[in-house]
Amino acid sequence: MKFERYGVGIAKGLGMTMRHLFRAPITVQYPEEKLKISKRTRGNELVWFPDRCTGCGTCTKACPQGNIVLVTHRGEPNKFIVDKFECDTGRCIFCGLCVESCPYNALAMSVKYECAKYRRGDLVLGKEKMAVSAENRPSAYCRPQFEEGLPAQSLLLYNREEGGQKLKFIPLSTRKRGSHA
Amino acid sequence: MTLLDQFQLFLKAQGWPEWAYYTVPALAGIVVIIGVVLAAVIVYIWWERRFVARIQIRLGPNRCGPEGIFQPIATAVKILLKEDIVPANADKVLHFIAPIVVFVPILMIFAVVPFDRGAILVDLNVGIVYVIAISSISVIGIFTASWASGNKYSFISGLRSISQMVSYEIPVVLSIVGVVLMTGSFSMIKIVEAQTVPFILLQPLGFLLFFMGALAEMNRSPFDLLEADSEIVAGYHLEYSGMKFAMFYLGEYGMALAYSAVITTVFLSGWQGPFLPGVIWFLVKVMLVFSVIVWIRSMMPRMRVDQLMSFAWKAMLPMALINLLVIAVEVLVIPSLQWLMLIINFGLAAVLILLFSRIFTLGGGRVEV
Repeated sequence: MKFERYGVGIAKGLGMTMRHLFRAPITVQYPEEKLKISKRTRGNELVWFPDRCTGCGTCTKACPQGNIVLVTHRGEPNKFIVDKFECDTGRCIFCGLCVESCPYNALAMSVKYECAKYRRGDLVLGKEKMAVSAENRPSAYCRPQFEEGLPAQSLLLYNREEGGQKLKFIPLSTRKRGSHA
Repeated sequence: MTLLDQFQLFLKAQGWPEWAYYTVPALAGIVVIIGVVLAAVIVYIWWERRFVARIQIRLGPNRCGPEGIFQPIATAVKILLKEDIVPANADKVLHFIAPIVVFVPILMIFAVVPFDRGAILVDLNVGIVYVIAISSISVIGIFTASWASGNKYSFISGLRSISQMVSYEIPVVLSIVGVVLMTGSFSMIKIVEAQTVPFILLQPLGFLLFFMGALAEMNRSPFDLLEADSEIVAGYHLEYSGMKFAMFYLGEYGMALAYSAVITTVFLSGWQGPFLPGVIWFLVKVMLVFSVIVWIRSMMPRMRVDQLMSFAWKAMLPMALINLLVIAVEVLVIPSLQWLMLIINFGLAAVLILLFSRIFTLGGGRVEV
């Protein structure tokens, strides 16, 4: 006598769905919670190392969009001085060819990915914005030497080691409403 | 004496003209009912989305307002701003009328739903019959919509709705007759007042049959064949957009609200309950019934058409008839021994469910439920 056939199956199903009520949501509540992205991500901006750059212009030739502007003049110790180095991230397809082609490791992709702007002009990155700094960190794409400082990628927020799979309430006061300021 | 009668007497005492103290309370009652229903539908839509989301280990809409409570309003505004498209093949007049025919009867059900002692629009002496009769009218609206759309998927949905409603009406009515036998009245207020013990305990099988029949009547899962997204896209409201679609959407949740209110009234002893005021008890029970409906929706897959029909005719109808017979005998022989009735009816429910899951066959073989 199989009891699956006398409404027990339905009762089991109801119990199963009821148990799911008390599990933590598997979805990531985006503005409050963020996943850690891959170390080798091709982020939405470029990172430029001014002291290593020789102004050779390989990146401008490698760019399939013709998107990188490089203006130089000849400086004293037989070296090019970069006057203008611009990349319009609105046109950039983030292929990473400029980074791959750089012979002096002077260019890297960044780890930023929230780069929406209100003005189109803000998308054009100049020398100051692209220069490497604490905020503008290079990703390890094509530059494995930067992998050390970057956090490991996470695909889920609720790890069992951290006491996950429990309901976690995000208080109203700490919620951000869609802004990423 | 209902609240409306008191309002009427108050106006009479104030010296209002005769036509006014009949029309003003009636209009006020109608406005209140429509307001309550629309507000409740908004809460329902939000609650269904959140509850199903939690069962599917998501969070659901939680951005628009506190805990996403204003999301249905945003949805409504979005729907109202959409273009109202009438297909070239459509029967224009019927296409226009159908959503109204679906929505208005659902509002009319609430005329006889007692929210509290005296908080009822009209205490009809045939209240429950009125509910059954009125709720069937919206099926005509659904069929009209499916015909007038000039779309084959809509038409399939209309045919399904007719067969489904005709089949499930019978067990629903038969299970209500059991309640009426115990109460001795069709009036909703009398039915509630008769329930010193809720009828869900006295007639568990009747409750199950009525609940399943109500699921089929309000086109909810697992009986949502007429709006099966995966087979016939959206069924009867496939060719509707804008305000007309909003009417169907409202009607769907209004029907769920109406049936959970009727189940609460008939089987869960309506407004009665200790400590809290009657309205609170009523609303709590209505939300409880709706939560169970949503819970079942999250669990059950959709039935096939042949399963649906044979379930109604081969399982639910005989069960309802036997249940009615047993209750009639009980009411005749042991009308005052409620504890004995309780034991007999629970035994009956267990025996019949076991028996019918044993003998219920479908085409080539048995259905495993």
